[in-house]
Amino acid sequence: MQIALFITCFNDTIFPQTGRAMVQLLERLGHRVEFPTAQTCCGQIHFNTGYQREAIPLVRHFVATFARYQVIVAPSASCVGMVREFYARVAEVSGDRRLAADVAALVPRVFELSEFLVHKLGVEDVGAYYPHRVTYHPTCHSLRVLHLGDAPLRLLRKVRGIDLVELPNAEQCCGFGGTFAVKNADTSMAMLGDKLRCVLDTRAEVCAAADNSCLMHIGGALHRQRAGVRAIHLAEILAATE
Amino acid sequence: MKHEGLPSTPISFYASAKEALANTQLRRNMGKATQTIRAKRASVVSEMPDWEALREAGRAIKERTLRHLDDYLLQLETAVQAAGGHVHWARDAREANQIVTRIVQGHGAREVVKVKSLTTDEIGLNAALAAVGITATETDLAELIIQLAGESSSHILVPAIHKNRAEIRELFMRTLGVSDLSDEPKALAAVARAHLRRKFLSAPVAISGANFAVAETGTVCIVESEGNGRMCLTLPPVLISIMGIEKVIPTWQDFEVFLQLLPRSSTGERMNPYTSLWTGVAPGDGPQEFHLVLLDNGRSGVLADTIGRQTLNCIRCSACLNICPVYERTGGHAYQSVYPGPIGAILTPQLVGVDVAGSLPYASSLCGACYEVCPVKINIPEVLVHMRARVVRKKQAGLLSRLDPENVGMQALGRMFESPLLYEQAQRLARLGQWPLVRGDAISFLPPPLGGWTAMRDLFPVADQTFREWWAARNKT
Repeated sequence: MQIALFITCFNDTIFPQTGRAMVQLLERLGHRVEFPTAQTCCGQIHFNTGYQREAIPLVRHFVATFARYQVIVAPSASCVGMVREFYARVAEVSGDRRLAADVAALVPRVFELSEFLVHKLGVEDVGAYYPHRVTYHPTCHSLRVLHLGDAPLRLLRKVRGIDLVELPNAEQCCGFGGTFAVKNADTSMAMLGDKLRCVLDTRAEVCAAADNSCLMHIGGALHRQRAGVRAIHLAEILAATE
Repeated sequence: MKHEGLPSTPISFYASAKEALANTQLRRNMGKATQTIRAKRASVVSEMPDWEALREAGRAIKERTLRHLDDYLLQLETAVQAAGGHVHWARDAREANQIVTRIVQGHGAREVVKVKSLTTDEIGLNAALAAVGITATETDLAELIIQLAGESSSHILVPAIHKNRAEIRELFMRTLGVSDLSDEPKALAAVARAHLRRKFLSAPVAISGANFAVAETGTVCIVESEGNGRMCLTLPPVLISIMGIEKVIPTWQDFEVFLQLLPRSSTGERMNPYTSLWTGVAPGDGPQEFHLVLLDNGRSGVLADTIGRQTLNCIRCSACLNICPVYERTGGHAYQSVYPGPIGAILTPQLVGVDVAGSLPYASSLCGACYEVCPVKINIPEVLVHMRARVVRKKQAGLLSRLDPENVGMQALGRMFESPLLYEQAQRLARLGQWPLVRGDAISFLPPPLGGWTAMRDLFPVADQTFREWWAARNKT
């Protein structure tokens, strides 16, 4: 299958290892991967902070960049959630019917990595080997916007060598929330403090998730505390082999 | 922290949350209480195989009612009048308070008892009554507790959720003149009961809120747990009920849906202990004079907004408060409004405007847990983002406020993301510019306004090789 990568701006800039893992994984599964280099940001930062008008050109840009691809896959539940749930709203704000039509045509072709593997390809065992103790944090947008359910866990359970441990109170938000983490930093930290306690209670060495945005938040605090736990994107675990 | 009804001067959630978060006893009380009630709700909701269908029915009934709100309100008025009640229309808090004060004064009453006081808190009724020498006694146990403490509510349903029983024991001993009191809930309730019983028997006027009003018969409903409502609604000879105009439902058949949704969502009970329903007045039985005050106070404005109007679906169950990870940590006072939590974060700014309450829509990580539990399917994250857009539009309309660093930054960021070329240049510039900040493999300090990030978290820097650079290099070879 021909797959266009929607790598997302912060993965491109800060977490390129996640993108490289995606390429490795999808090619190993026999797919041809393309990276449309014109891609930038989906506009979620602007939209969620209230800058809806400013999100309009970014939605236009995304549509223009990906219009010619049949299957678009991203390693971010949050960015895919933006496209799937809120692009129609941005198009409505723009008052541009053409854009609304283009969005409606494009949205069903955009997938998050784990839903693409499990629900679209029907693959659970991706041939990965990862001999580490891992706990999985289901991010809010993977749970409550994309409704990924247990797709990420089904993939992780099939990884050889993995010691997968359940995260207590897993479904509660880690406190990231985009600009919330800066605008309401104290509340964000209070939420993060409780999430960290849950992560540390599992005695896992790795905290995995389907969103590097939340992992940047969780991992940033683990790093600051020298907690001895690292935050790693699901794609990197699935790409790892013996 | 104390707020009076709805805020009237600009509030900062950031500042009040910072203060609340530092209170370790509050954190402990809130964590324990919300976790308990969440578990109770989850358990009774899981018993219902048709829960999702019920939610959808609740939403649909509310939507239909709001679309024809004028018709249903007039139908309600006619039905209440036909049953011997009086109906009053109040445009705002001031009008509502005047109406109520006039009625109470008309009976020469110096004392009133109250139940279900949320809407009366919204309009600041107690203060208005006190100003003319009328003493209002709250009879819900938690309302009584905060009234005695001179505080304000921190939860829609459990206004004293921020207090534990040791604190309540101390309060009762100090204010109700009892000594030798244990902190057993039963003992605490008994003291309040003895105190309130005297008030129920002596007050000539009762004032209540309303959970629902059925338009077809003019029947008003209150659901409660303590029996104080039943006392208020049946003992005093005069009853005044104040309800927001969105509380009307068309028929008894609709009522069936909400009576299943509300108790499970609010107290985590299959059925609440007391459900009181009354239609006008009945000779020789209960109050002989009944007044229904229909309150707008900004609701028509909310109704006019196509995205915001779903806020009026709210049946004040407080499930969104109990599930909210922000509310759980900051408590209700941080929202500085009679309506705290996620529903407050969308309702308060719609009622008082974003100039006053513009910080509230940002008091959320948009985690979506509130939407998932809402029994009438209010898409709270959608309305939060909608309200944020209103805040930004307002900011951009001002000559000076346009220069706000966030606005300037967002404009620049937007222009950069519009152009792949500018975006790639920015990546390279950031990589060069970050070197004074990078220590080892991370950034531990950022200047304001980004300093909030690095106060507790390290930030990972721009990669030595971005993904697109790696991709380009790979395709070259």
